[in-house]
Amino acid sequence: MNLWNKLMCYSRRHSPWLFHMNGGSCNGCDIELIASLTPRYDAEQLGVRLEGSPRHADILCITGPVTHNAVNAIKTVYDQVCGPKAVVAIGSCPATTNVFIDSRTLDGPLNRHVPVDVFVPGCPPRPDAIIQGVAKAAEILAERAAKKLPIAPVVMPLVGPGCEGACPCAATTELKNEEVRA
Amino acid sequence: MNMDLLIGLKTALARLLIFPGLLFAVPAAWFFLWVERKAVARMQGRIGPPFMQPFFDFIKLLGKSTPPRSGIGGLLMRAWPLIAVSAAAGAVGLLPVLPASGGFEGDLILLLALLEVPSMCIIAAGFSSGSIFGEIGSAREAVLSVSYNIVFLLAIISIAASQHTFSLSALAQLPSSPLRWLGIVAILVCLPAKLHLNPFSLPNAEQEIYSGPMTEYAGPELAMWELSHGLEWVAATGLVATLIAPAFTLWWVAALVFVALSFGLVLLLSVVAAATARLQIDTTVRFYWQCTLIFAVLAVASALFMRFRA
Repeated sequence: MNLWNKLMCYSRRHSPWLFHMNGGSCNGCDIELIASLTPRYDAEQLGVRLEGSPRHADILCITGPVTHNAVNAIKTVYDQVCGPKAVVAIGSCPATTNVFIDSRTLDGPLNRHVPVDVFVPGCPPRPDAIIQGVAKAAEILAERAAKKLPIAPVVMPLVGPGCEGACPCAATTELKNEEVRA
Repeated sequence: MNMDLLIGLKTALARLLIFPGLLFAVPAAWFFLWVERKAVARMQGRIGPPFMQPFFDFIKLLGKSTPPRSGIGGLLMRAWPLIAVSAAAGAVGLLPVLPASGGFEGDLILLLALLEVPSMCIIAAGFSSGSIFGEIGSAREAVLSVSYNIVFLLAIISIAASQHTFSLSALAQLPSSPLRWLGIVAILVCLPAKLHLNPFSLPNAEQEIYSGPMTEYAGPELAMWELSHGLEWVAATGLVATLIAPAFTLWWVAALVFVALSFGLVLLLSVVAAATARLQIDTTVRFYWQCTLIFAVLAVASALFMRFRA
């Protein structure tokens, strides 16, 4: 890798710009995403900026269990984000459709419609976990752009008080989802 | 004669390309963008972005792809940011920071025209992007530009009239008068609107109309817009700094004082931006046309009056 590519890789890791999209979420994860930008967590230290337009963004943050109404919007916005890009699924809903499983209004989980790079589980996940997920997504994005290789999706560990190891609620929803697929 | 011309040309090129031109202005633009973000973060009780953040953002944006654009509209959309960057860089290059030694005669009217070009480009970019948010942003930028420019130009005219010259280098050399300070205050009131900062951040109002005229821009084009915004910072604060700074004969003292004054102004404007909320467009227009215009007209009138009496 020459110097320019190294610099580009470093810059991509240190300047993740987010676009936040709600795919039918209950607004819990959305609040936590905004909380990660507030003085207490201050994600801007990692260069994170919440952008108004998907054209400016590198990382698409999607919350919610993906309702029928949201599917086309999510696909459109995913295409509007210019490459290299990454997708972070925030919360248990986009990963497994969570407690809304079997609902007739849903068309989830998210990875049926767009390729997801990082899952941040939790209902809602803590801001620390979201920041960790975004940092991981920025790393994946830089690596993918440099090597042009497909990278398998990453599931972030649950963080925060009461969530050492696997959180019971996340475990049950994953189980349910497996049953549905089988 | 020929020799003089050659030296003059060399000095002009050195000013345009080295100091205070591109080689100085581009890092200064990134530095001022960082100071702006850091000051806002500190005011909000956050730590804020690392020092190299605007540089990383710029490099990253250069490496991103852009959506396909076709036809004359696409060509124009690619051209606007480049025109804006070159105009802003030209404006910085015109600033008479160093003691006069040939080269360009810094001309106030040319500087004002160049400072206005990026804002024109933003208006055109929003309309040519075809996005509804871009069009709203452009309309706001146009209304804002009509409001603050009257005051801005009147302030510049009052300074020029009180000191009998439109040459920037002559203005920088002359000792300041009370009237010039009045004009400088009027320019300072206009700067937040010119730089789209918070009480008047209407054209690029986030959370309201997405990113305004920049909504459809991506990748290297967006990088150019960021750079042109930074260069506008350098040019606008530099203009005020050259008007405030007393004349020095040593070139390095002049350069240091220029940088320090610009930095102070950036800090002041960022703190004001962090401390205020966005006004509505009609409040903003009323502010410039009703409150500030009176002072600007007074400044011009007294400048002309003093001139006739002298």
